[in-house]
Amino acid sequence: MKKMFPLKRLLIAIGFIAAVTSTPAQNAEMTITTYTTPGNTPPIWVSVSGFSGEAAEVLRYDLYVQGFNFTNSDNAQYLISGSNTGDSLTGRVVDNIQKSTKISKSYSGASLRRQGHKFVDDFLEAINRKGIGQSKLAMKVGSGGSSEIYVSDFDGKNSQAVTRDGTIVSAPCWVPGKFALDYGSYKLGNPAIFSHDLASGARKTVAYYGGSSMSPAVSPQGNKVAMILSKDGWMDLYVADADGKNLKRLTKTPEDESSPCWSPDGKWICFASKIKERRALCKVSVNGGPVQTISVGGLPSPSEPDWSPDGKWIAFTIQRGDFEICVVPAAGGTATELVAGEDPSWSPNSRTLVFNQRSGGHLSLLDVPTKQVKDVARVSSGANSQPSWAR
Amino acid sequence: MAVGLALSMVSTGCKYRPVGMTHIPQRGTQRGPGENDNTSPITSDPRQPNVDPNAPRPNDGIPQPPPGHVGWTRNESALAAHTVHFAYDSSVVRAGDKANVAAVAEYLKSNASAAVEVDGHCDERGTDEYNRSLGERRALAIREALVADGVDAARVDTVSFGRDRLLDLGKTDAAHAKNRRGEFILLTPP
Repeated sequence: MKKMFPLKRLLIAIGFIAAVTSTPAQNAEMTITTYTTPGNTPPIWVSVSGFSGEAAEVLRYDLYVQGFNFTNSDNAQYLISGSNTGDSLTGRVVDNIQKSTKISKSYSGASLRRQGHKFVDDFLEAINRKGIGQSKLAMKVGSGGSSEIYVSDFDGKNSQAVTRDGTIVSAPCWVPGKFALDYGSYKLGNPAIFSHDLASGARKTVAYYGGSSMSPAVSPQGNKVAMILSKDGWMDLYVADADGKNLKRLTKTPEDESSPCWSPDGKWICFASKIKERRALCKVSVNGGPVQTISVGGLPSPSEPDWSPDGKWIAFTIQRGDFEICVVPAAGGTATELVAGEDPSWSPNSRTLVFNQRSGGHLSLLDVPTKQVKDVARVSSGANSQPSWAR
Repeated sequence: MAVGLALSMVSTGCKYRPVGMTHIPQRGTQRGPGENDNTSPITSDPRQPNVDPNAPRPNDGIPQPPPGHVGWTRNESALAAHTVHFAYDSSVVRAGDKANVAAVAEYLKSNASAAVEVDGHCDERGTDEYNRSLGERRALAIREALVADGVDAARVDTVSFGRDRLLDLGKTDAAHAKNRRGEFILLTPP
């Protein structure tokens, strides 16, 4: 666990430096390519040549789940070529339309996988996008009376167990910008919420009350946690400081609220509830006040909302016999049904979703604009579910 | 199930449609007030009248004391005969299950030192955290029924297991019905 920390800290540091030093001109240059039609955007065609083995697999995987698809060099917009040895990778990308070299770099150290991820990230940066190659997932592994929390790379590789409690765990959630998780656990008997610093291994109780405490969601600013508690005799939405103190109740209904998530500005909490006997997505101000319905165009039984980090979309699950992943503009409106699956979580760049395929017992990645899907490598044994993408 | 759906359609006010016909609306079509589409979970037991919307509702739940029965001896079989079952997506304790609640209330009255943990469970349909919330709501509904039967609320703990502890892994309606339950775990002081 400790081995991963310096890398993460370095990445955070790099991100922070970039954020505070970039000028408006640089910001314009680095604008993330946006999309307006989820599921209906054509892929960007590329050709890949010269790589072999694991390096070739990594490149094709990373490109596919970020909206690229593969063709021959005549029809490709970008020509990606290079080579790899046992411990180094050299890659070059040529824009086949502008006839210009976008990137030409060599990589060594870490692992061939990391080199491949970094090359794709560097290519994306060269075309004004931000890659996901260094990002991490947390998930629940196992089902029934015993499950554990794991973390892994975004593709399921390099997994590590976070818990070894032999009890039921649920709903892991990354603390934004930190190498730490909040999650539910039955270790104390009643379901409680823990906050777990993965670098030091220190674990603290955020919520341990009578009844069940569940579904933690740490705010994007990291200073608050939203959660569902039954301590007052109904299942309701509460918000507290990140350590669980200064608890405030935000809903007061006999309905069963679930799965809170935050707007990126930290002002709103979106959650699943029931309005007039129909399952609905709702939102409430973090300061309290009236609960508002977020329209999903009448789709049945929406649950498990996740607000994209860029603030534009809410991804969620509907149930129509089986489950489907959907996205709707954050203000509500016409929702788009994308693919079969459950429990979506946005990538830090608001483009890819990780979600659960219950029948296969594994996670998958979905590039939202193109609807391209790839499975995430199965972590450990047992069903993988309830993914959370580190932001 | 089909009969249940049809009955539900009738009971929830599709009054302009022939009885027994299942209406399949277009995706995204507008629905009138009180109409359910046929794919939404049935929100009340079709065999029971709906809860009177004009009936006075409590202002809040019954607060739970801090976890106070840690380390108590758990007996999962003593009250197993009184397991309460629920309709799909419902947390209403049905008339037919009131006797189970009453029996547990009686047991607690005659065993003054005992307490009970009510475990709420769901079938596998529905997403994970949604089921974890629904399971707790079922346990809370049973807790409210026990309190209504004269049990001190401080003697009743609730825990939701969502869909983590299925009794029957089958995909049939019968299997689902078996899994939608509230179990009573007898707690005795150490």
